[in-house]
Order: sequence, then structure tokens, then C-alpha cells
Amino acid sequence: MTTTHTHVHTVRTFDRALILKAVADSFRKLSPRLQFRNPVMFVVFVCSVLTTLLWVQALTGHGEAPTSFIFWVTIWLWFTLLFANFAEALAEGRGKAQAAALRSSRKDVIAKRLSSPHREASVTFTPSSELRIGHLVLVEAGEQMPGDGEVVVGAASVDESAITGESAPVIRESGGDRSAVTGGTRVLSDWLVVRITANPGESFLDRMIAMVEGASRRKTPNEIALTILLAKFTLIFLLACATLLPYSIYSAQAAGSGRPITITVLVALLVCLIPTTIGALLSAIGIAGMDRMIRANVIATSGRAVEAAGDVDVLLLDKTGTITLGNRQAVAFLPAPGVEESILADAAQLASLADETPEGRSIVVLAKERFGLRERQLEEGHAEFVPFTAQTRMSGVNIGERVIRKGALDAVERYLEANGSHLPPLVKHMAEDIARRGATPLIVTEGSTALGVIELKDIVKGGIRERFAEMRRMGIKTVMITGDNPLTAAAIAAEAGVDDFLAEATPEAKLKLIRKIQAENRLVAMCGDGTNDAPALAQADVAVAMNTGTQAAKEAGNMVDLDSNPTKLIEVVEIGKQMLITRGSLTTFSISNDIAKYFAIIPAAFATTYPALNALNVMKLATPQSAILSAVIFNALIIIFLIPLALKGVKYRALGAGALLRRNLLVYGLGGIAVPFIGIKLIDMLLVLCGLA
Amino acid sequence: MTTFDFFQVVLYLAVLLVLIKPVGSYMALAFAETPNRVTRFGGGVERLLYRIAGVRADEQMGWRRYAIAMLLFNMVGMLAVYALQRAQQWLPLNPQHFAAVTPDSAINTAISFITNTNWQGYGGENTMSYLTQMLGLAVQNFLSAATGIAVLLAVVRGFTRRSADSVGNFWVDMTRSTLYVLVPFSLLMSLLLVSQGVVQNFSAYVDVPVAQVTSMTETVKDAAGNPLKDAAGHDVTHESKVTTQTLPMGPAASQIAIKQLGTNGGGFFNTNSAHPYENPTPFSNFLEMLAIFLIPGGLCYTFGSMVGDRRQGWAILATMLLIFIPLAYCAIGAEQAGNPALHGLAVDQHASALQAGGNMEGKETRFGIAASGLFATITTAASCGAVNAMHDSMTPLGGLVPMWLIQLGEVVFGGVGSGLYGMLAFAVVAVFIAGLMVGRTPEYLGKKIEAHEMKMASLAVLVPCALVVICTAIAVMTPAGVAGVSNPGAHGFSQMLYAVSSASNNNGSAFGGLSANTPFWNVLLSVCMYLSRFLLAIAMLAMAGSLAAKRHVPASAGTLPTHTPLFVTLLACVVIVVGALTFLPALALGPIAEFLMSVR
Repeated sequence: MTTTHTHVHTVRTFDRALILKAVADSFRKLSPRLQFRNPVMFVVFVCSVLTTLLWVQALTGHGEAPTSFIFWVTIWLWFTLLFANFAEALAEGRGKAQAAALRSSRKDVIAKRLSSPHREASVTFTPSSELRIGHLVLVEAGEQMPGDGEVVVGAASVDESAITGESAPVIRESGGDRSAVTGGTRVLSDWLVVRITANPGESFLDRMIAMVEGASRRKTPNEIALTILLAKFTLIFLLACATLLPYSIYSAQAAGSGRPITITVLVALLVCLIPTTIGALLSAIGIAGMDRMIRANVIATSGRAVEAAGDVDVLLLDKTGTITLGNRQAVAFLPAPGVEESILADAAQLASLADETPEGRSIVVLAKERFGLRERQLEEGHAEFVPFTAQTRMSGVNIGERVIRKGALDAVERYLEANGSHLPPLVKHMAEDIARRGATPLIVTEGSTALGVIELKDIVKGGIRERFAEMRRMGIKTVMITGDNPLTAAAIAAEAGVDDFLAEATPEAKLKLIRKIQAENRLVAMCGDGTNDAPALAQADVAVAMNTGTQAAKEAGNMVDLDSNPTKLIEVVEIGKQMLITRGSLTTFSISNDIAKYFAIIPAAFATTYPALNALNVMKLATPQSAILSAVIFNALIIIFLIPLALKGVKYRALGAGALLRRNLLVYGLGGIAVPFIGIKLIDMLLVLCGLA
Repeated sequence: MTTFDFFQVVLYLAVLLVLIKPVGSYMALAFAETPNRVTRFGGGVERLLYRIAGVRADEQMGWRRYAIAMLLFNMVGMLAVYALQRAQQWLPLNPQHFAAVTPDSAINTAISFITNTNWQGYGGENTMSYLTQMLGLAVQNFLSAATGIAVLLAVVRGFTRRSADSVGNFWVDMTRSTLYVLVPFSLLMSLLLVSQGVVQNFSAYVDVPVAQVTSMTETVKDAAGNPLKDAAGHDVTHESKVTTQTLPMGPAASQIAIKQLGTNGGGFFNTNSAHPYENPTPFSNFLEMLAIFLIPGGLCYTFGSMVGDRRQGWAILATMLLIFIPLAYCAIGAEQAGNPALHGLAVDQHASALQAGGNMEGKETRFGIAASGLFATITTAASCGAVNAMHDSMTPLGGLVPMWLIQLGEVVFGGVGSGLYGMLAFAVVAVFIAGLMVGRTPEYLGKKIEAHEMKMASLAVLVPCALVVICTAIAVMTPAGVAGVSNPGAHGFSQMLYAVSSASNNNGSAFGGLSANTPFWNVLLSVCMYLSRFLLAIAMLAMAGSLAAKRHVPASAGTLPTHTPLFVTLLACVVIVVGALTFLPALALGPIAEFLMSVR
């Protein structure tokens, strides 16, 4: 999942300043009110307070256990909390730094408010913070856009790097799909009259800042369900540990030997058993998921949208730009009987020299590649360029006596008949054959003779077929949306390897398709940019609007892609899945850890009552105290070690569900069982070395 | 473990597996919503019953109404059993003229039998009249089992129904479970048992001369019950000869059949299936073991059949077997290994042609090690609780197995119906964790598992666990609780832990050795039994209600398959991990400490 875009406001995960700030924040987050929001960590919080009190009691000489032991347990319990806070603070810190960068681009500027939508209308100077929806403003070269809006009059090049990170300027003009402008961007040349579409505080930039800051972050449905599960485990362990005190008192009496378990040891056992690892990292994982979206230059309006992205069943992808390169390209010259291919190529090239459309350029290039025909100057031989018109639906060139034309089948047929000639059946047959294959035939004529056919083809993007195969393995169906006729669409769909296609797509047809898929209870993701995409975007479960798109499209979507790259949809799905996988894997890891902790703590806890239980001390930990302390220290340190994983996310692989589960169970389940055995043993050895055992 | 032990388990499992498909598909027909040959055959009786009871069979209930019907119905059952016990001295069929049962024991027994626990604080043959046994206890054996099946059917409908606001009709489910499954199966089973010598009559108890006269020394007591002292201050004693013994009688076979089939486990006689009139031969023993797993196992198949994917049922069954088989061998192995304390002494604990070897304390010689160990594992894996040997006398490890199987939540086969719906709660938890690990909002059987389902599944898993640890703590802290214990040290703790575990998971077997027919234990265990059974059932019905309202999500390559060996392993791990992690500290103070001390 590498992004090759440029980012002006990218912040490194482990930036020194960020870490320092996170350290400070971890202490601030110790407030009980904040701790209460996370049931698992709140239990740790209460436990830490309890052992602190026990330590104070021990200082007065009435301790239930050696003062130093209680002290070290207490210290490490507080560390457990601090580490959890640190993870969250670090995840938030990145967002905050990014928000600060964004905020700096949202300066209050003095806008030129117009009384009517004309450049010449009377101007009142108004601070941008006082602009309201419907106000008209004039923005000229060198000025900053005072707010989100729609271009009413004019066209200008605009630097949007503050928002998108893309340094190349873009054109904004009235009408069409390129009329939306964003506050904080800068007009580089010309001028625009803009109708403001957002009140201050509700602009795109404001929403973006709120989003990255996590201000509007609410727990997602899946996060809630997981919190319930974790709370259940916490409650079970709380009961199991709390009742251990009476059991132990009874056992010590009944066995007639040993002392009952101390509160300090019980608390240590409890904190080790409850799923602190995932409890500590849960919110960091969520924040980091949003953050990965931002780094992919996608702004999600909610965490819910990111989560839904992981669940998507069907991807609707626009053909042009996503599946195929922008335009058709010439791939072959098919000469009419008795015509040399090079003659056809030559005529085709001449007819296309002045044609600046990508199709025209591709014909020139193909002729050059195939026959070494160089570009010639149009002036040569008094050439006269005949542009494409809606009436003739042909273009070409007149060079002296030579009258060369190229055009679609029916247009050329009519043209030849008008000139008293006709299209040879074989050429017509060739053209129809090309159309059937999903390509576009262009017929080249000179005078009243048809020289042959140029085959124009949609070029499917390299690697896209593999990407779709990956999607299929993940269980995601891809549907290509195109305005082409069904024949052409089918051919391209087959070549690109999509599962299905919607040909001759209208906005209504798109909306209908989405509703139909949703009726089967599947989640749909799509991307779009035009105003006519807005209804479909609003209907889709995951809707990525292109930043270059209209305001309506951006309002309708639940994500905005700042790079305006339709392929991004695939990345969005992967980020959503990755977030869930990270949660699941760390939950499994956290619970699996408990097995080793039992082997460390149980023999130590009841060593005085039943010395025989020392047979369970398989790690051969030095003393009961070092065993308990090692488990507590491991439990705290593992949080720190897993912060990078929580923030970066578990590596996502496009595998089927079964294979992915097997893999993650092996790594995080079995790994979760094995790692603490090693870790606790190592810490115990260190404690012995330090004389703390 | 001997080869004989090994193959006895193999034979048992082979016969069980052969029977699961026919029994399961028969039940699928019996519970089907469309008419078929089974429901047509009994349709007349079924409709007649509805007419008498005023039930509208086509009426559908939402989960709340279903739950209320279940609670009220069982409440009435409880009051009836209580009343019968309290009034039995005035009622017919009481040839031994038993007095009314004490209130605390009566309420304990009533709750015990409506919750399918069948914990017995009383001794059947010297407490209960034939009428109480037949009309109270045997009837509840049927109805509590039918309740389990009914709740299961509602849960399964939660998965199969789409965008529905109902989970079925409680009265129809109860009627069909009883009429088509429990009654015919029990009839057949009773006949088989009678053929082996299980008694079935209304006779008074029979006094017969003993084959070998024994004598005993008794302390002479005064009118107030205090021992008389002689001049020297010693107790006055007198020698009494035992020349006759009393053989209990009664309608046993009919009750024992449903006791096994309905995973009830409440014995007609005090020593349960160890009694020669309750379980006379190795063959009757085999039948009784088979009967315990027959319906819970068959229901797995029925479940697969009802959700339209039989593999789902086999997967659940495989999960149960994956946990059951190793534990069965563990228990038998531990018993066959014998008592380590006797190893140094001149005691032969080896199996030979003349003796079963191993630890035979508390076991019947006609069953031996394997049939006793296997019975103990089966009866605790399922929530039956019938016993043919005294679990208290098993070796520490041998006793650990039944106790831990109970603590796993009675989901390894478990109770009739309740075992499977308990397992489905675990499956929901497993699917949730697995779903996260593959990056999708989890789905099970086409239904999305969200916060509400998680809450209910967590509650279902949590309730029995919480009851076990809390109520054991209450017992060890109370003099009245500790007073019941007969052994010191770790074993005494095991006795209490086992009793509370058994009640809180509706198993009903007793470790033995604990004098539990006291007001304290009767009340404590009643609370455990009632809360566990009905909180769990309500949680599952609530889950069924929310699942039924959901739409069906079609499976895709991204959907986690829940019929694969991988999922089976994961599900087994979730069950074991929750069980192990919750109870390991407590077990360490009981059987584990006892075991480690015995081998030192």
C-alpha cells in the first residue's frame, strides 16, 4: 500500500517533538474521567490506586507484603496506564500536527464581496469569517480563496496544494464538474467570481481539521462490539481474581499451612489477565486507521465510513481513468484490399497531424512506430486542416489535391455516397468486426476511395487485472461502469478481468444498480466526481468523491480523495480491512498471553499454601516475587512494543478469509502463547541480575 | 490405559455417530414448519392437544413473548413439584408413607428439576413417594428437556428467518419436542432398560434376609437423642445384628429413560446409575451412556439441516468431539493409572483377567474403569449429571476432568437443546474474533454479528462463570457452607467448587462427600440453578430476536467459512480458553494442588 503522491503536510510517526508531546499527554490522560471511558484500562487505574494505597500502608509498617515489592508492582501498574495513554496520545498527536498544518492555511482574509455576479459589480471588503452561504466574492490572481464555493463566472488556475498536497495547479471554471473551489487554496492566474457554499466553521477545511484531530471521533459499531467482548473478559477475570481471596483464605486454613494470597498479588494477577494489551491500543488503532486514510490523501467523514470500507462487497469502478487509461489509442492499421498498409498509415498520420485529441496523437505515434513515418509540418504543401464537427463527424486534411478524411463508419459511408462512391463491403465488414471486439473503427478515405480502417482501443491499465484478481480473492466483486455500448463494455470487462459491467450507464442506471445490490444486503463502494454522481454517491455505503469534483459530489460522499484518483477505492478498502485485522489480531494476542502469565503467577501466588504447585513454574522463575513482577513488567512493556504495530497496522494480504485467518491465528494466536514465556523469563533473569528478585 | 479401555470408547463413539444422522434428520422433520410424514403421523394428537390447551398453533411470538411463556410455564412447573413434595403424605402412591419434604429441600428439588439440573439434595428411595417421582419429577424431566429444545429452536430460527419479528411459538415447540421426540424415545428406552432388569412397579419396598449376617455397634441414645453415658463416662453401646435388608421398588425404568435421554440425571434411587435396579448390566450402562449424547448429538445434525447447511451441524459436532475425546481418555487414563499413594505398597493396581485394576474406589465392579470413567466424562460433558460411580472417589486428575467439563459451560454436547445454544453463543464469540482477524464485520450463518449479539453472547458465557466463582466464594466464607465438607484441604475445596459448578451449569451431578441437604446449600444452589438456566435462555432468546430481524448476508469469498477444520479448532480453543482462564486459579487450589501433591 504505497502512495506515490506528494504530501506537503505529512508527519512522521515517530517524530521527536511528537513523542515528547505524547509523553506529556500520557500524564494528562491519567484523569479518571478519561480513564472511565475504557473499561479495561479503568480497572487498571483502580488497581494502581489500590496498590499505591497498599504501598503507603506498607510504609507505615503494616504492609501485607514487603514494601519494595508493593512499590515495584505499583510503579509498573502506573506504567501500564501511561503506556496505554502514550499510544493514544501518539496516534492523536500525528493528527493534531496535521490539523495544525491545515489550520495555518486557513487564515482569515479580507474578501472582495460582490453585489452581483459580475466582475465589475461593486465591491465591499468583508472578512472571510463573516461570509455566509450565497455571498458572492471576487478572487483574483495571488489571492487566497476566502471559503468553499462554486465558480459562477470566470476560469483560473488554482494552487490546491494546501489541501491536496499536489503542487501542480488545477483549472477551475464556471459550469461543469470543475466549478468547486475550496477555502485556503490560492488563485495563481486570472480571476473567479465565486458563490460561497459553506458558512464559516462548516467548510471542507474545517471538517478536515475536525476529522484529523479526532474531535468528531465516535466509537464505531465494531469498536463498540469489541469493547463489549473485552469488558466481558475483564469482568470474568475480575470475578475470578476477587473470589480467589476467599478461596485462598479457606485453602490456607484447610491445608493448615501458608498465608493467604496478598491483595498486591491478586491485583497483579488481575491486571495481567485482563486484556490490557488490546485495551490499551484499541483507540490508537482506530485513530491510526483514520490517519492512514489521511496519508493516502483520503479524508473520511467518519470512522464508521472507514470501517464500512473493510466490509465492502461490491466495488463500482468507472471505466475511464480507473480501469483504462484516459483515452482510446490506435493499435492497428487494417488496409482495404489492394492498399499497402504503409499507404494507409501515411494517410492516417496526415489526417491526424493537426488532431490534438489523445486519439489523434496516438494515430500519429502508431504510424511513426510502425513505419518510421515522421511528423511533418502542416504548412508543407499548403495543407488545410479540416476539424471535426458535429455535422460531418469527420476530420482530415486537404493537401493540394489530396483530400484525406477519417471518421466513424456511418459518417464515412454517408460521405462516400454523397461523393458518388460507396464503402467496399470488405472494409465495412472489417470495421464491424473491430466494433464487435469492443474497439472503435475509424475509416480513412482519400478522395472517394476507402484506404482502410484504424483500430482504436481502450488500453487497460497495467496491473489492474491482478488487482481485480486480488479483490476476488478477498471476496469483493468488481463492477465496471461505462457509457460504452454493451459490446464494447463486454470486451473491455473481459480484458480487465472485472466480474461484471454496467454499459450505457446513466446516473439513474447507476443509482438503480446500487439499490439492487444493497437489496441483496451487500455493501457497495463507488467513486464519483460529477454533480450527476451525487445521488449514487449518497446511496452507496462507501462513497469516495474526487476532490476535483463538484461541491454536490463532495457533500454526497463520505470520503474525499484529495488526489482525485479513482483507483484509490481499492486502497480505501484495504485500509478498512487492515484496521479490523489489527484489532482482531491484537485481541487474540492479548488473550493468548494469559496462558504464560498463569504459569508465572499461580505457583507464585499459592507457593506458601501448596508448595507442590511450584511444579507449574515451568519457566523456573527465581522467586515468587520476581515471577509476579516479571509478569506485570512484561504486561506493561508489551504495550510499548506493540505501539508501532497498532499505528502502522497489521500487514494486509489479499488472501481468502480461511487462509488469512489461519495465518493470523498462527502469528498472533500461537505467537501470543509463546512470546510471553520468553519475555517473562528474560525479565526475570534481568531482575535477578539487578538484585530485585 | 488398557486396549480394552481404548476400544470401549471407540465402540461407544462409533455407535453414537451411526445414530446421529437418523436421529437428527428425524428431529428435523419433527420440528419442520412444513407438514411432512412425521408431523402428519402425529398431527391428530398434536391438534387435539392444542384444542384442549387453547393454543393457536399458527400464532407467532416475538422473542419477549416467547421468553415470558417459557418463564411462566416453568414457574407453574416449579410450584407443582413443590406442592407435590409438601403434600405427598396425604396423596396416594406412597406405600412407604414418606413425610412431606422440608421446605428448603422441596424448593431446591423443584428448581433443580425445572432447570434440567436435577441436582439431588435428597435420597430418592427414602424421601419421595411414587406419585412425587412420577407426577412431579418424571414430568419435569420431560418438560425441562423440551424447554431446552424449544429455546434452541427459537435460536435457530433467529438464524434462518429474515427480517422477521418472531422466533416461533413456544407452545408448539414444547408440544412437538415432547410428543415427537422425548416420549417415543423414552418409551423405547424404558423397554430396553426393563429388559435388562430395571424395576418398574408400584410395590412397597421388600425386606429380604441378607446372605451374610453382619453386626454393628450402636451408641444407645436417650429420648432427647443424646448418647447415654455409663458410670465411667463412656458411651453406652450395644451390638446389633443386621439380618434383613430393604430393597426399594418403584416405577424406575420409565423415569430413568427420560433421565438419560433428557440429560436430566436425577436418579430414581439415591446412588443413581450405580444402583443395580437403575443400571443393572454393562449393556444397560452402554444404553444409558448412549442415551445421554443421543439427542444433544442429533440436534447438531438437526441444526445443520434447519439452517440449510449440514456442514455447519457437523462442524459443531466435531468441535464437541474435539474437546470430549481427549478428556474422556484423560479421565479413563488417570483412573486406570490408579492411586499413587498405593504405589509403594503391596497393592496390585494393574489390570488383569481377574480385576479391572486402577482406582476402583467408588466404582461398581460390573462396570470397571473404562465404563465408569467414560460415564463420568459423558454425564458431565452433557449436562446430564447421572452417575454410575462416585466422582469424589476418582483420582485428582480423573475428578478434574468432570469438574472442568462442567465449568466449560455445558456446551460439549451439554443439555438437550441448551448445550447447542450455549455452543452457539461461543460460536458467535469465535466468529467475532475470527471476523476481525480477516478484516470483515463478522457474520455467522449469514447474519451479521454486531454489538447486540455480542452483548447477549457475552452474557450467556458470563452468567455461569460468574455464578460459579461468586457462589463458591460465598460457600467458603460461610460456616454453613464449610460445614458440609467431608474432607480437609484441597479435596474439601474441590467438593464445594464441584457442587456450585454443577448447579451453576445445570449439570446436577454431585462430587459426593458434600452434605448439601442443608438450608444453606439448598438455597445457594437453587439460586445458582435458576439464574443460570433462565438468564442464559433469555439472553439467547434476545439474541435470536435480534438475529431474526436482520437481513441475510449472502456468502462470498471474503466470508469466513464456519464449517472448516480451522473454524472447528478455533471454536474449541475459545471454549477451552474461556473455561481454562476463568477457572484455572480455582482449580489450582483444588484438584491440581491435590494431583501435584499426590505425585510428589
